[in-house]
Amino acid sequence: MLRLELIGISKQYPSVRANDNVNLRVLPGEIHAVLGENGAGKSTMMKMIYGAVRPDEGEIRWNGEKVEIKNPQQARALGISMVFQHFSLFDTLTAAENVWLGLDKSMKLPEITQRITQVSKDYGLDVEPLRPVHSLSVGERQRVEIVRSLLTSPKLLILDEPTSVLTPQAVQKLFVTLRKLAADGCSILYISHKLDEIRALCHNCTVLRGGKVTGMVDPRTVDNAGLSRLMIGAEPPQLQHKQVKAGAVVMSVQGLSVPKLDQFGTTLSDIGFEVRAGEIVGVAGVSGNGQQELMAALSGEDPRGPQGSIKLFGKDIASHSPRRRRKEGLHFVPEERLGRGAVPVMSLAQNTLLTRTEAVSGSGWIRSTAVDLLAANLISRFNVKAGGTGAAAKSLSGGNLQKFIVGREIDANPKLLIVSQPTWGVDVGAAALIRGELLKLRDAGCALLIVSEELDELFEIADRLIVIAQGRMSPSIPTAEATIERIGEWMSGLWPQAGSLGAGSAAPAPATAQGVRHAQA
Amino acid sequence: MLRLEARPQPSKLMSLLSPVLALVLTAILAALLFVALGKDPAKGLGIFFVEPLSNLRQFSEVLLKATPLITIALGLAVCYRSNVWNIGAEGQFLLGVLSGGGVALWLTTSGIVLPKIVAVPLVLAAGVLGGMAWASITAVLRDKFNASEILVSLMLVYVAQQLVNYMVFGPWKDPAGFNFPQTKNFDASTWLPNLLGGTRLHIGFLIALVLVGLTWVFMFRLFRGYQLQVGGLAPAAARYAGFSASTSLWTALLISGGLAGLAGGMEAIGSFKQITPHVSTGLGFTAIIVCFVGRLHPVGIIFAGLLLSMMIIGGELGQSRLGLPNALTGVFQGLLLVLLLACDTLIHYRVRVRSALAGAH
Repeated sequence: MLRLELIGISKQYPSVRANDNVNLRVLPGEIHAVLGENGAGKSTMMKMIYGAVRPDEGEIRWNGEKVEIKNPQQARALGISMVFQHFSLFDTLTAAENVWLGLDKSMKLPEITQRITQVSKDYGLDVEPLRPVHSLSVGERQRVEIVRSLLTSPKLLILDEPTSVLTPQAVQKLFVTLRKLAADGCSILYISHKLDEIRALCHNCTVLRGGKVTGMVDPRTVDNAGLSRLMIGAEPPQLQHKQVKAGAVVMSVQGLSVPKLDQFGTTLSDIGFEVRAGEIVGVAGVSGNGQQELMAALSGEDPRGPQGSIKLFGKDIASHSPRRRRKEGLHFVPEERLGRGAVPVMSLAQNTLLTRTEAVSGSGWIRSTAVDLLAANLISRFNVKAGGTGAAAKSLSGGNLQKFIVGREIDANPKLLIVSQPTWGVDVGAAALIRGELLKLRDAGCALLIVSEELDELFEIADRLIVIAQGRMSPSIPTAEATIERIGEWMSGLWPQAGSLGAGSAAPAPATAQGVRHAQA
Repeated sequence: MLRLEARPQPSKLMSLLSPVLALVLTAILAALLFVALGKDPAKGLGIFFVEPLSNLRQFSEVLLKATPLITIALGLAVCYRSNVWNIGAEGQFLLGVLSGGGVALWLTTSGIVLPKIVAVPLVLAAGVLGGMAWASITAVLRDKFNASEILVSLMLVYVAQQLVNYMVFGPWKDPAGFNFPQTKNFDASTWLPNLLGGTRLHIGFLIALVLVGLTWVFMFRLFRGYQLQVGGLAPAAARYAGFSASTSLWTALLISGGLAGLAGGMEAIGSFKQITPHVSTGLGFTAIIVCFVGRLHPVGIIFAGLLLSMMIIGGELGQSRLGLPNALTGVFQGLLLVLLLACDTLIHYRVRVRSALAGAH
């Protein structure tokens, strides 16, 4: 008997058919992947199973019986539990208090604390129930969320992109837990777009594209190319990665320390690195380890960097405004597209003016036709799907807006381009295009600094890697010499010469240590 | 069952229709109010919406009252689009009256008779500076101490009123005025030139129309205006682009303060021709409604200014003709703003009628 079955489910939103006659069959104790690009309809499907959204057509069967899931409470009563991508935890409360808040109040807090300890032990989920949530790392917070779900003894656990916030080691740990859960009979719906993970973990895989199911496969028997063909209808183009010799130093950062602005921020301490012309330096790290603070300090949005800490072509720019840094050749693509990289309600033409002022005369007049022309060029050059230059930024899909914003900065012929999360929430096709453009820019002699939480991406395009952890920066290592394992270790702050952080870490290989000193000199 | 459903795109049509809808609803509620007061609703509505347009004299009064409303609202539109909530235009207006009127009074008492072409711009410039100075208090407190510009600008209105009182009860009191709290009448050489013979309408209305054009250019053609609006719509984007938040704050407050002050100067030498404690009639607050009914757009503000001016004139007529209470104008203005904000929901949502069956499905 199937644990969960969706038959012919459809959901129509005002402008898009999010799910179109979708079927899903999940066995008891099965880890079932739901694979699809952003906007393929994964979230809508999960929301319907969890009772947050009601289907227009079709039926849901739970243990063979037709059910109507009216709301999340009912879903939980049936034994369906969901761990969201964005955690809903109160920072000032302890882990146990947070778990207790999310449950019906039949148990007392001390009882809960005991159960948490028990469940943590059973499934290898390290959670200290009495620690306040704000002192927990992201991985620990996720474990609190999972423990909260497990206390309801779910029959079906839904995990939405659970690994996007984890180090490779933490991912392996999570997988052990999930396999154990499945062995105990709990079904798991695993939403992801990371093919390797799905192939390593899942027994079965339903692929969605444009709201329709395009395949049901056993991921262990299909290779990545096969899965991505189902997901995007084509294989992503292979990138041309030419070896280019790095040129002169473009940006050098030294002794960059910036105190955090609020209690949940990260203090940057003594950051130092260099970026040379014609190379891509990748910054790896688990989210929330100072990436945002570093980006704000480099772009000039946070001008508190100490004097002399940021140099562009040897010139101190630490106190310059973002506009002035842009004039000197430093362009930046932020991770938030709407609201930071673009003004949501303004048109694409108006949004070019944010960073491109060629069409503004010396006396401050905007030459509308020139602005329009520039926007139209960007749209055609970077293959942006939009309703013309007058389309509001928020009317574009994430991938298309990202192409527009990245394109806007690339088209400015920067000398140094800093990109934060270049392909975050972007579909595979757009991601490939963006990475290709970044490589082209590098080949043309531009220096690039790319921050990404997707290690695969960094390994694919970066020439050198550095890791940021707890606001500190590791030495750099050529990508060719790096391994996922080593970078993963560094991501938890354990790198050679990391000082107090690195105490007790493995001894570095001599060759690497030399390379490190060389790169830092 | 009625329910609101989010529109995929905000409706442009609704954004224009919403003020009209709000006006119709206000008229309906007004009619009900007239019935409740025992007056003929048709006659009541006529007084407010027809009478002020019925002859040239009344119409010129509508234009006259609309002049300061439009002028102040233009500045407020710049402010609100920059996400700077200046609620104290009334205070900046009063400072415009004081400084503009002060110059006119000084010219009068010292017996200097300048040609109009010199005297009038001098007075108006003083008005602008007075309004700017008053707004800059708000700007400083906001910029340096992060004080709420809403509270500071509002509280400064009451300070400004006391300042007016002090001047007309004290140093500026007309010695020949039988101890009335008022200044001397300004010399005719400082008066704003008349626009239409036989009426009180002065060239201030033309100035307001020119300002509409200038504000439009500033908002939609100048990079500075663009920067302000980015700061208002998406502060993080403005920070990313490198537009200075404090420059925007100062620009917005100086423009709106300056325009409110200009309106004050024009009223001083256009309508009052002297300063009394009653120069404040809440125009600075009414202009906030004008600004929103006009959709923060310079052209919309012309129509909204005329409409609100009509309601003020109608209220005055209603008092004398029908014995309606003075407060009624304020009630209607308030109704119009609240209904407008309610109708604005329809820009982002549409009403869907759902059958009970579909609801149960």
